[in-house]
Amino acid sequence: MISPGIAIAASVLVPLVGFLAIWLFDKSPNIREAATLTTGWLLLLLTVTVFLAVGEGARPGYEVFDVIEGLPIAFRAEPLGAMFAVIASGLWLINSIYSIGYMRGGKESHQTRFYMSFAVAISAAIGVAYAANLFTLFIFYEVLTLSTFPLVTHKGTDEARLGGRVYLGVLMATSIGLLLPAIVWTYAITGTTDFALGGILATHVDEMGLILPFLLGLYAFGIGKAALMPMHPWLPNAMVAPTPVSAFLHAVAVVKAGVFSILKVAVYIFGIDVLKETGASTPFMWIAAISILLASAIAMHKDNLKARLAYSTVSQLSYVTLGAMLATSMGVMGGATQIAAHALGKMTLFMCAGAVYVAHHKTLISEMRGLGRVMPFTFGAFFLGAMSIIGLPPMSGSWPKFLLMLGAADAQQLAIIAVLMISSVMNVIYLLAIPVQAFYMDPAPAEGGKAPGAKGAAIAWGHLQEAPFLCILPPILTALGAFILFFTMDPLYQYLAPIVGGVG
Amino acid sequence: MSLSAQLPVLPIVIPLLMAPITLLLPKGRAPWAWAVLCSWLAFAASVAIINNVYEFGVISYHLGDWAPPLGIEYRIDLMNALVLVLVSGIAAVVFPFAYESVKSEIDERQSPYFYGALLICMVGLLGVTITGDAFNIFVFLEISSLSAYALISMGGRRDRRALTSAFNYLIMGTIGASFFVIGVGLLYQATGTLNMADLHAKLAGQDNRVVQSGFAFIVVGIGLKLAMFPLHLWLPNAYTYAPSAVTAFMAATATKVAVYVLIRFFYTVFGFDFAFEVAAFTYVILPLGIAGMFIASLVAVFQEDVKRMLAYSSVAQIGYMLLGLSFATTAGLTAALVHMFNHALMKGALFMAVACVVLRTGSHSCHAFAGLAKRMPYTTWAFVLSGLSLIGVPLTVGFVSKWYLLQASFAAGHWYAGFLIVLSSLIAVVYVGRIAELMILREPDPDGPYALARKEAPLSMLIPMWVLVIANVYFGIRTELTGGVAERAATALMTMASGGAQ
Repeated sequence: MISPGIAIAASVLVPLVGFLAIWLFDKSPNIREAATLTTGWLLLLLTVTVFLAVGEGARPGYEVFDVIEGLPIAFRAEPLGAMFAVIASGLWLINSIYSIGYMRGGKESHQTRFYMSFAVAISAAIGVAYAANLFTLFIFYEVLTLSTFPLVTHKGTDEARLGGRVYLGVLMATSIGLLLPAIVWTYAITGTTDFALGGILATHVDEMGLILPFLLGLYAFGIGKAALMPMHPWLPNAMVAPTPVSAFLHAVAVVKAGVFSILKVAVYIFGIDVLKETGASTPFMWIAAISILLASAIAMHKDNLKARLAYSTVSQLSYVTLGAMLATSMGVMGGATQIAAHALGKMTLFMCAGAVYVAHHKTLISEMRGLGRVMPFTFGAFFLGAMSIIGLPPMSGSWPKFLLMLGAADAQQLAIIAVLMISSVMNVIYLLAIPVQAFYMDPAPAEGGKAPGAKGAAIAWGHLQEAPFLCILPPILTALGAFILFFTMDPLYQYLAPIVGGVG
Repeated sequence: MSLSAQLPVLPIVIPLLMAPITLLLPKGRAPWAWAVLCSWLAFAASVAIINNVYEFGVISYHLGDWAPPLGIEYRIDLMNALVLVLVSGIAAVVFPFAYESVKSEIDERQSPYFYGALLICMVGLLGVTITGDAFNIFVFLEISSLSAYALISMGGRRDRRALTSAFNYLIMGTIGASFFVIGVGLLYQATGTLNMADLHAKLAGQDNRVVQSGFAFIVVGIGLKLAMFPLHLWLPNAYTYAPSAVTAFMAATATKVAVYVLIRFFYTVFGFDFAFEVAAFTYVILPLGIAGMFIASLVAVFQEDVKRMLAYSSVAQIGYMLLGLSFATTAGLTAALVHMFNHALMKGALFMAVACVVLRTGSHSCHAFAGLAKRMPYTTWAFVLSGLSLIGVPLTVGFVSKWYLLQASFAAGHWYAGFLIVLSSLIAVVYVGRIAELMILREPDPDGPYALARKEAPLSMLIPMWVLVIANVYFGIRTELTGGVAERAATALMTMASGGAQ
């Protein structure tokens, strides 16, 4: 067993070694894919090692070197980061299996570049997860932006280029324009960027005055990956990418890195108590609430499945921001568990969307009527994923909603409870409608030729037209994961409790 | 008399003696090899000097054993040692790079003159940096400028516009130099000395019309040389039409040396007790720096010509340096020095990448860059990486510069300046991104002049270019040399400027 400190360094490094291996085996796809999967397994093993060590109360760290005097690239695992790293590496492994099925099934070009970019991106996501200070976090945050750019523009069409431009434009503009000054400002005030429980700004509250809420705003909007409205346009625009990339952006790493950073900043830079006492976070709580409702409303209008899911992500991730900005222990716990629950649920939904595309080249929801009868496994998994996102028991997504409501009650924000309820109803409408249409409605008459899908209420067991096996297995696994997490939420809750000072 | 005792004069004497010999060499490869050897020797001497200064403190070398203030003194502290290493280091990288590029852009019969002038230009820049005598600065400034005019005009074989831009630069540069020498004359009138350390001592407490106008003449004169907005009008044309290798060398060194002179006068000749200077910081240097950052960046966005775009970006980047030094704090001065060093690395690499493209396509219009990622991958990635550095992406020198600048702004209480800095970096995202997108995601017009299959630039160009690109990354993660030395230099300068002795 290697020491957790080394495991942290190795988990950032292993994907980069994988990157080289993928590059070297450009010409032999089977070995190349084996390199990706080996990297995935190793990475999962390493992050689980760290996860277990953190669970025993250790806070393993690894310091690389000082870039500027007093500003090291350093890693330190704490519960939130250890959890995020395990989710990211676990889902990356599943996503890689799925990618292989998807990319081969769709005969996509430039597959080597695709896997290489993925390897750098997961390394960057792990770096964000384990960052010991804002400086390190920012470095990996930017690497994550740049390494996913080739993935978003993968198709190389005009549309992909435009989407890529918005993607890079919004993420770079927010991170350089708002986040970087916020970090340097924090450094100028406190003389450090290290994450510390209770918040490094806590001892400087009096001298800061109005700078405090201003700084919080810089972080909330500067972390563009969290897609808080109005910084969300990059997410729907990135939908031009192949589905595994969308899954990676939405569920595995990118938006997760965003909301994870928001939680880290709220807990370790400002400190929940500071936010509660000064009320600095209240305006941003309302912005998050508006973001939740508006994005859900937009999602209801989208007929393109991936676009609908994208706006659903904007809405669901604002739950995490909302949890942080409620500035109560329960709110933060709700946000933290939402990262895990949403990852599993949204991953399932995206992989199902991709499976439908691979098998039938359908992207519009209105074209999917009747498809459930020939793709029962895909839409079955979709149904479970949707239930989790909505927050219906017995799926894991129900716990974060429950905790958030408790948090809102603690903060005496009854209106926020109403927002959460309205949002859940909207989720039911725009998510459950999809499997219902697929299972219970007859296919719309297509122009020329026969529309896919079967008529009649029964599942056509004899005439299944499912996606390739590698595209169906992963969503089923993640749907099962979302189901299991419902029953194992208590251990996770106990695991994360130290970040809010160990509530019972 | 041992060689090590003469070390401080070596970076000047070696190239000064070697340069005329270039003219006697046969045309072709020989003058180039001679110039490369010379630049490496100068670099080695500069590295020896900075080591010496770092360990033992300020070096004072008396030319011909004439004691200052009457004799000429070479006075080397950490700041000019850093600039010496920068100038000779860039020369040591750009000169080897130049051969193929110069061969294709310049009449071969001119090659002895070209490399001779290039060496003289380097001597001039090193001389300005090393000397401790105000009039000597003027002499070396003219040496470097006159050779620069000649070098730029040699671009005339490819594009006749090089001649008018060289002439334009000649006029502007001469006005600048004249202003500078008038200023130095006025200071001589007021103090009776030309040695800068001596000037500092004698100027202390003096605040009269003569000193004020001397100060003004010097600032405007150097402002012309360093292309301080709005005195930058000579620069875009000169950089655009000069031979590509000359642009790479000048962009990385000439303006940096002028910035050095400005800092030298602001912080060690004059000081903060000179009220006129503090006013100049607040009402002239700071606003002009900010104006340059924005106006020049915005102009760069709309350029069709990549060399001209990068030239305007240089004017903007000089704005950052002026902003940093105008804070009059140790952090601000450190930021200015760090950015001076880092910007030389990024612009050097960028202009070298452009030189590679010019070699293979014959053009520096942005249309020539379309689809280069497939045909010239190493050049493309060198351009993209140094472009990211120019934007200020982490793990590159640009990020280190931005960090120091932002930190200085917030620490000095100019927090609005911090936001202006990042805002203008975002404009850099636009102009760098535009070219990067052309190179990576577009294809050239199939019927246009750039549709032909092209091959990668030769190794003799790729290796020096990648040395600079790697330096961009290396100094982006290890900052002992840049940040550490700059901070020590800045602390020493601040002590002097606040009235303390060195």
